[in-house]
Amino acid sequence: MPKYNLNINRAQTEVKVEADTPLLYVLRDHLELNGPKFGCGVAQCGSCLVLIDGEAVVSCTLPVSSVGKSEITTLEGLAGKDGKLHAVQEAFVKEQAAQCGYCLNGMIMSTVSMLNKNPDPEEDDIKKALQLNLCRCGAHTRMIKAVETAKNL
Amino acid sequence: MIEPAIPSRRKFLQNVGYISVGFSMFGGCIGKTDPAIAARFDYLGDLPRSMNQANQVNAWLEVSADGRVRVFSGKVELGQGIRVAVQMVAAEELDMELDKVTVHLAETDVTPNEGYTAGSGSIKSSAMSVRYAAATARTTLLQLASIKLELPIENLALYNGVIRSTVDKKSVTIQDLLEGAQIETEVKSPVQIKSKEDHKYVGKAIPREDIKKMVLGEQVYIQDLRFPGMVHARVVRPPNYRSELEHLDDSELNHAVPGIIKTVINGNFVGVIAEREYQAVKAARYLEMHSKWTTPEIFPAQEKLYDHIRNIAETPENIRDDGDVRVSLEQGRTLKATYTKPYIKHGSMGPGCAVALYHQGILHVWSNSQGIYPLREALAAMLKMDTEKIHIVSVPGAGCYGHSTPDDAAADACLLALDYPGKHIRVQWSRADEHAWEPYGSAIIADLEASLTESGKIGAWKSDIWTDSHSTRPNKDPGTLLAARYLENPMEMQSRGYRGGGHRNGDPYYAIPNLQLNAYYYDGPLRVTSLRSLGAFANIFAIESFMDELADKAGKDPLEFRLEHLEDQRAIAVIQKVKDLTADQVMAAGTGLGYAFGRYKNNDAYVAIAVKLAVDGTSGQVSIIKMWAAIDVGEVINLDGIKNQTEGGMIQAASWTLNEQVTFDQQKITSTDWSTYPILRFNDIPEVEVAVIDRPHEPVLGGGEAAGPPTGAAIANAIFRACGKRIYDLPVTPGKISS
Repeated sequence: MPKYNLNINRAQTEVKVEADTPLLYVLRDHLELNGPKFGCGVAQCGSCLVLIDGEAVVSCTLPVSSVGKSEITTLEGLAGKDGKLHAVQEAFVKEQAAQCGYCLNGMIMSTVSMLNKNPDPEEDDIKKALQLNLCRCGAHTRMIKAVETAKNL
Repeated sequence: MIEPAIPSRRKFLQNVGYISVGFSMFGGCIGKTDPAIAARFDYLGDLPRSMNQANQVNAWLEVSADGRVRVFSGKVELGQGIRVAVQMVAAEELDMELDKVTVHLAETDVTPNEGYTAGSGSIKSSAMSVRYAAATARTTLLQLASIKLELPIENLALYNGVIRSTVDKKSVTIQDLLEGAQIETEVKSPVQIKSKEDHKYVGKAIPREDIKKMVLGEQVYIQDLRFPGMVHARVVRPPNYRSELEHLDDSELNHAVPGIIKTVINGNFVGVIAEREYQAVKAARYLEMHSKWTTPEIFPAQEKLYDHIRNIAETPENIRDDGDVRVSLEQGRTLKATYTKPYIKHGSMGPGCAVALYHQGILHVWSNSQGIYPLREALAAMLKMDTEKIHIVSVPGAGCYGHSTPDDAAADACLLALDYPGKHIRVQWSRADEHAWEPYGSAIIADLEASLTESGKIGAWKSDIWTDSHSTRPNKDPGTLLAARYLENPMEMQSRGYRGGGHRNGDPYYAIPNLQLNAYYYDGPLRVTSLRSLGAFANIFAIESFMDELADKAGKDPLEFRLEHLEDQRAIAVIQKVKDLTADQVMAAGTGLGYAFGRYKNNDAYVAIAVKLAVDGTSGQVSIIKMWAAIDVGEVINLDGIKNQTEGGMIQAASWTLNEQVTFDQQKITSTDWSTYPILRFNDIPEVEVAVIDRPHEPVLGGGEAAGPPTGAAIANAIFRACGKRIYDLPVTPGKISS
């Protein structure tokens, strides 16, 4: 079985896994990270997003063999070493922007990814950045508010 | 490894025993003379139904050795925020800081049996039970302290777990007072509860602690459970409900996919267990490709669905008959209309998942079921086991607001666990299975007819509602579990479940002298059950659309027309409130402002909704600009909780209204992912504003489902105001407007 040396949350981790395994299963099943969630497996809902070199990428259809030496950041890797929340995490808590919270990983990852490129987005930019992300509880308006809050933190 | 906290409750109780407190109730309240202690008054009303079988304080709360209070609720967290609401009422009555109160949600033999978490009933039943239990606990604790400190109760004050004398320096903590025992006092009316004016938490917006865990990836969902040695399973579902397995060849599976533990075949139930999750995914795909099933035609043509429903319906059941509808409809100016709503999906973000372990004769199950005790009955019947041998822990899942697939996933996991004992078996459904196999919200037809008197008021109204069942939740009938129907000895569902939900809100809340409601039940082609608000969404969509049509026919303003037919001041108040909220709206060409009202179940929360939207005259595309809600849930517990539920209810209902319908051909469900069953995405999300009318001296009402039903009608009414097109058939696809 092939081995992969992955750069996850600022640490090198070796996994032995079949080459076609999507990154999502490696993160969840092998590395016991619960941030990224399984939602659809077909890149339609955003539950499984992770940051790859700072950009939000769907992990449920991305074979582990294609990740290479890229820097992978999951929800668990966003907060500072001292436990201080990332501004986006803080903003989602402040705005109570969730109901069940299952989609929250994707929402936060899309937001961080957008703010990396555009630190001062307008509402339309926010909606565009979150367009892949589905939420069934209808917490969208709070999430938009949370992104607006995050850019000022 | 992540595991939900397994409580030591049974052990704890066995070790410490109980004390029974049998003092007569001391009269009198502690007044405001002590600044730390709020006034109390005697609550003389009924106790919640949940207390019928759990009427002692210790069923609802315990004092831990460290002085914290642990509260037990038989309800589960669906994203509605029940945990913080229960925590708030307990902390309020015990005058504790919030962080000294922890909440343990549903677990068999640990928490009270509160049936299902459904019907907007969690605050009314569970939170109110906790309120009266906590208030009774306080009274008992003060009585015990009075004996121990040799002081009259009037000279004692309980605050944050310490009872202090107000006349000298004596004090005792509640844990020292109880010495490890728990309070067995029976909760009975009158209960001394805290004066509403003195509430510190209740009625305020209190943040949920679990959201902080969610943003860190630390909230443990059912999908996140992990146990040492846990293995992964998938179930291979047949092509359709009535398919039969003709042939399956797994002889080469071990070579094709590594890590295979075993294939389980029991009639038409096919499961596969593997060491790793993705191995199980690949194994299920392999078995799909190496099996052959019959695929009979079982569905009517989709475009003929409503004709089909009329053909198969039973003779109608009269639900309500006031005055004489027949004569009155003949006398006035009459109007008739038919409104239709298709099958819709729960569409949870997290497909079904469960973990089960069969170990030493006990079947342990972890599930996000909305009713763990009824699930236990169903599992016991399916597996022919004693209920006492089944232990179920509720774990939060992805929200869906109805009976979706958690129970079915639990049944799958249990069947596989019995076949492969000693290991935790985790079953995860695929998105396609979730979309194709979940039980849907019933399609509904509403035939409405009404007449106007000479003064332009409604003289008569008749609603004929065509509906399938609205609850096939698990119960002692094993056929309520999907897998049971596919076993070698299949167990078909014995009844059609709760059909009454279909005519929920089918009779308008308005004062109409001659009023008739009839239900035409049908046993339809698709699997159905409870979906948020049951029949109320379709029925209020119909009624409130029809109210606008009647107002136009009477030549009256739609809101004034509604107010003319309302006697309940609280209903009038929510309508007045949305009217005020939208008074300054300026409407450009192609935009419309629509309103609707509903009192959920005609006895629960009051909601009025306003919707402002724009219609593109060429494409027929609807863009919602803003939605407003005014809601009255009686006494508010968590202000932010009811706001969040109301905002989400409007957005979910907007998605149902504009986008959603289950699609099928004659053999299969064809909406099997988010592109074939699109729900609202961010580009479609309007601004929302919620006004809550708090009535602290009124009983609490259930608010979680109240906002959705009027939202559909308010959208339809706004579309009519924007472009003159009346919507009779959901969803409102652009083609229906441009045609």
